Amino acid sequence: MHITISMDFLVALTEFSFLQYALLAGLLASVGCGVMGTYVVVKRIAFIAGGVAHSVLGGMGAAIYYGYDPHLGALLAAIASALLIGWVRLNWRAQEDTLIGALWAIGMAIGILFISRTPGYQSDLMSYLFGNILLVPKESLWFMVSLDAVLLLMVAAYHRQFLAIVFDEEFSSLRGIPVTFFYLLLLVLIAVTVVLLIQVVGLILVLALLTLPAAIAGHYVHSLGRMMLLATLIGSFVSTTGLALSYEPDLPAGPVIILLAGGLYVLSAIFRRRHE
Amino acid sequence: MPHQQKPVISLDSVNFSYNEMSVLENISLEVFDGEFLGIVGPNAGGKSTLLKLILGQLQPRSGKIKVLGDTPCNKRHRIGYVSQHPSFPRDFPVTVEEVVLLGRLGMHNKSWLKSLRPGRYKAADYEAVKKALTEVEAEVLLHRQIGSLSGGQLQRVLLARALVSDPQILMLDEPTANIDQRLESDIFDLLKRLNERMTILVVSHDIGFVSSYVTRIACINQTLACHHTDAIDGQVIQSLYGEDVRMIAHHH
Repeated sequence: MHITISMDFLVALTEFSFLQYALLAGLLASVGCGVMGTYVVVKRIAFIAGGVAHSVLGGMGAAIYYGYDPHLGALLAAIASALLIGWVRLNWRAQEDTLIGALWAIGMAIGILFISRTPGYQSDLMSYLFGNILLVPKESLWFMVSLDAVLLLMVAAYHRQFLAIVFDEEFSSLRGIPVTFFYLLLLVLIAVTVVLLIQVVGLILVLALLTLPAAIAGHYVHSLGRMMLLATLIGSFVSTTGLALSYEPDLPAGPVIILLAGGLYVLSAIFRRRHE
Repeated sequence: MPHQQKPVISLDSVNFSYNEMSVLENISLEVFDGEFLGIVGPNAGGKSTLLKLILGQLQPRSGKIKVLGDTPCNKRHRIGYVSQHPSFPRDFPVTVEEVVLLGRLGMHNKSWLKSLRPGRYKAADYEAVKKALTEVEAEVLLHRQIGSLSGGQLQRVLLARALVSDPQILMLDEPTANIDQRLESDIFDLLKRLNERMTILVVSHDIGFVSSYVTRIACINQTLACHHTDAIDGQVIQSLYGEDVRMIAHHH
């Protein structure tokens, strides 16, 4: 059965450009989820990343209402939300979880109000929330390529400082590394990744794709560089396979990709426990 | 020891309190080049706080602190510091080499803008890491995962991370608290050797043990009572801890 599904998918892939775009979008998103997801997992800031991802709806809604590109709105909102949440975490550590939880919901509420006031856009709400990889236009692919380029350049330039602050903040600040600056930069890059992934799985499911491939990679390799590489490969595998499996029965690709990643994570965790 | 030269660390009537609770009162202390100062006292007596003040991590409520003739923040890059509790998770995916390399970041008192310089480590950084690990007799651990080390091995690696920037002053907070007691003297023998080229401050709760290594002892229990090693006897300890403490003689 699997073989027939993949054969149909492969034939369709050669025929339809929207499928080729979808495949490319999945691969481009995997780079972001592998590289930045590794930082999210080892620094244990999935909750912070979740807050950024969900509050992005506020920016998307506002952009739609005022007639701008929703992805530009998402990018600006993600960066603003990353800085705000980073600032909360650095200054109100005691109430960190309450405040981030509030920003998470407030951002979504703002977005839904804006969208409800925009005639004709309600139908798109589902694709923002859950993604629609089959509708990724060609221009979005260039947008994703540039986001990936920014991520890779920044990580190549500052991988030493990022390792220092995710590993040991106290030591980093004693060595005179500007911890606040690099912490906020890291959150902004995570925000960029969130926007990258929204194209594929939507903002509700982003968190899973940001954490699961890196977490699975962390079961087998023990350095940040290798985790990033393996997580990118795992991300590519689940997005491509998810797309292929969802094509024939006409299921939404986003949830299938997430279930694949989740299933793989559970299997990997069980396998690892048995071999310890 | 001739003390004509300027002190490397000086505290002048320093007071510190957390919120309303006074932790350190009227501390005046001078540490000179080449000293091996043991800082002892009861738990919560303010020993770790004293180190954090010297590092500029905490600011005194009143009084003056100078490190190498400057403010603590301006000179903290000349201090190697090993904290009591490592603030990282033990299962972090990182090798010993990568951890020690982090000590090569921010080695100079650069401007903020210069600390944003991107790039990779240089050959000299890798050399320095090998040298520092050899110095603490842990060169075989170079490619090990940090999570696979024993308590004593980790302590040596963290010491190497503090040494790799070639500091002028080395400060350690309870360096032997989390390791096997048999290894305690190994670490202190190592510190004794390092003391030939740098000033060392070490916090310990074990007054009897450190007194056989250090050149001078500072007893901290909110206030400071400074003593040379030969002046430690039962009476001093009793006044410090406020109760009878059994002295255990250490012979080496």
